[in-house]
Amino acid sequence: MANMAQAIRMALHFGEKNLGLKEVFGEDVGPPLGGVFTATQGVECAWNSPLDERGIIGAAMGLAMAGSRCVAEIQFCDYIYNTIDLLKLAGNQCWASNGDWNLPMTVMTPVGSGIRGSLYHSHSFDATATHIPGWKIVMPSTPLDAYGLMLSCLKDENPTMFLKPKALLRVKGLEPIPGEPDLTTEGQKELSQMIDKPVVGDTREWKPKWPKLTDFSIPIGVGKTVTTGEHVTVVSYGRTLPICEQAAKNLLADGISVEVIDLRTLWPYDWALISESIRKTKRAIFVNEETEVTNFGEHLLRRTVEEHFYELEARPRLVAGAFVPGVGLADPLEMASVPQLGHIETAIREVVAERA
Amino acid sequence: MITVLVYLLGFRYLFTAGTKSDGGSRLATQKKHLGKSEKKHSHPLSAKPKSEKQAKGGHPNGNGHTNGNGLHTSPVSAKMGQPLASKKFKLDSGTLIRIHDWMIQARVLEERLIRMYKQSQGYFWLGGPGEESFQIPLGMQIKKGRGPDYDFMHFHYRASGPMLVMGMDPKDAMRQMANVATDPFSGGRNFVAHFSRRDWNVVPVTSTIETQYLTAIGSGIAQKRHGGDGITVVTGGDAGTAEGDFASCLIWSSRPKQELPMLIIVTNNQFGISTQACTQHGEKNVADRGKAFGIRSSTINGLDVEDSWFSIKESMDYIRKERKPVLLEAKVSRLYGHSSATGANFVQNEEDPLSTFETQLERASILSRSEMDQIRERHNAEMLEMAKAVREEPMPDPQSIYDFTYFGQKGKYF
Repeated sequence: MANMAQAIRMALHFGEKNLGLKEVFGEDVGPPLGGVFTATQGVECAWNSPLDERGIIGAAMGLAMAGSRCVAEIQFCDYIYNTIDLLKLAGNQCWASNGDWNLPMTVMTPVGSGIRGSLYHSHSFDATATHIPGWKIVMPSTPLDAYGLMLSCLKDENPTMFLKPKALLRVKGLEPIPGEPDLTTEGQKELSQMIDKPVVGDTREWKPKWPKLTDFSIPIGVGKTVTTGEHVTVVSYGRTLPICEQAAKNLLADGISVEVIDLRTLWPYDWALISESIRKTKRAIFVNEETEVTNFGEHLLRRTVEEHFYELEARPRLVAGAFVPGVGLADPLEMASVPQLGHIETAIREVVAERA
Repeated sequence: MITVLVYLLGFRYLFTAGTKSDGGSRLATQKKHLGKSEKKHSHPLSAKPKSEKQAKGGHPNGNGHTNGNGLHTSPVSAKMGQPLASKKFKLDSGTLIRIHDWMIQARVLEERLIRMYKQSQGYFWLGGPGEESFQIPLGMQIKKGRGPDYDFMHFHYRASGPMLVMGMDPKDAMRQMANVATDPFSGGRNFVAHFSRRDWNVVPVTSTIETQYLTAIGSGIAQKRHGGDGITVVTGGDAGTAEGDFASCLIWSSRPKQELPMLIIVTNNQFGISTQACTQHGEKNVADRGKAFGIRSSTINGLDVEDSWFSIKESMDYIRKERKPVLLEAKVSRLYGHSSATGANFVQNEEDPLSTFETQLERASILSRSEMDQIRERHNAEMLEMAKAVREEPMPDPQSIYDFTYFGQKGKYF
């Protein structure tokens, strides 16, 4: 019953012990904090960097060039935007050198809303990230997927970006991470005592007691059907994925059968899975919380129209964040800015009710 | 005969950094038997004859001069120039002859590349003529190899000199200029002077000004962890230091107890394309900024071969041993402007370090004018043939555009 922050932590620990991970760094990533979401707490090779996002990405690139595998964190994706040219460089160094250089490095950053983070702790990054060639982009929605995707990132020979849906970092998983204690309340407590740094007392000498973790990779580029249905395909990832699952459960009472796909990898994404599902349901909705204009879901919509136009029985839809400059702090403002359960259920009802 | 010998020794003693060598002594001795010539080499791409001041070996820079862009130039290089007649070399003659040969090669290559551009054999030129006196001594002292035991180079786009010294075939630079498929650095994808050699730790040169000072941090960290005496070398111009990335480099390389083994170089030609540094920068010297971080810093006359050589040597020795950074600012010239975007014509009123060095060598009776002319003519002829050959090489296959988006991948990935 690890949560996603613990799962990432365990993956990084497994990486430093087994996969050659040598550096985990970023702002407040090392002791004493171990990351503002504690996702790097207790990791031996974690260290604090200057407050300098461009330095962090540049350092990661140079480490990769020197053969030192690293995970670099940008504390919130809201602050990654001043590194765009570096992200482009990281993505093009293999291509620019005609295959001579590769940069095995991982950048991880928390994304999205859900913590009442206001203008600069609520951004999404999937539209921009998927617009930069040369990267592989993953975004888990469960702790087990976070563990497995991080291990895959650490094994990849290319730049990988691990987007952490911050609203889900404390959500407990329902699937066991290989090696973690039992999926019980007691097991959860035991894990916490092992790897969570106490919040009170003198913790200067604290060290985690890691469970006996084993290798478990979620292949990059492979999505997952989390709910099987017949009437409509809903494709999502990250924070909105469990909301889509909830919508599917709720609508089942009204006789609406929803197939929910967790994309898990945004690039390269599992088009075969999406395509097969759309062929079955003949309806499609894409859900994410990024602002709606030039949204990654728009790309999926375009491909759906181009490849499945004559099979569709309703117009495909995009349910995404409002195209406004930021997510407002007040509860009603955030709720109105990014997709909520009501928005998704309404969209599903409309698409299912529509007749071509 | 002597010319050939010089040529061979230039390769044989490429990485010999000593101040004495038998080869050099032999050459010096043999040279004394050669006749001396006062013939001056003219700049092949220059539309105008050299000034009287230059022809006499003096320094053409001074107050009130304008550069090729019609802009006022600073008198700094003139101030830093040394009286040529009194020049007494510390390096042995063999090393000086090798440096000279490489400087000529670098100059001839750049001038050939400019010709290729002007003959429509390429779309764009930029490079480093005017920096050879610094770039060649830099290249000769690099510990070449692959991995953290060797030096990592994060060059900017004026580094043909060190690349030649490290072993680059001049033809490869021409291939990149001509963007042919055989371009070993980018397969016809990138501008000329955007070198990349993984087997030499030369990371891809980028057009993004100053980002190399960030990637250098990473290899510096890796080498600090690794130990040994491999260091990270990063080069860039003075204008780019206005970017925050330069400050990042100073901060990251000097973190207390985590200092990085980095040679942070700024070649200061006092221009950013057409904008004079003195109109944008209040600091007297860029290197002064390093002092605030406790970084060993100095400003040198990069137009002087020995000042460059010994400053680089001292810096590298310190970094290799102490594993701490050095900031080295070298004042240099920019003899053909920023790039082809500003015409790529020879600038009359900046000091030509090759001309200066040749005058010094001649007055010290190390090489005669005719010997130096022969060397240049030989390299000119060889590189002309290379350019002709490159003209016949194939362009990239349009089907290759997707190749290497990811490592080892060919064809459309997705």
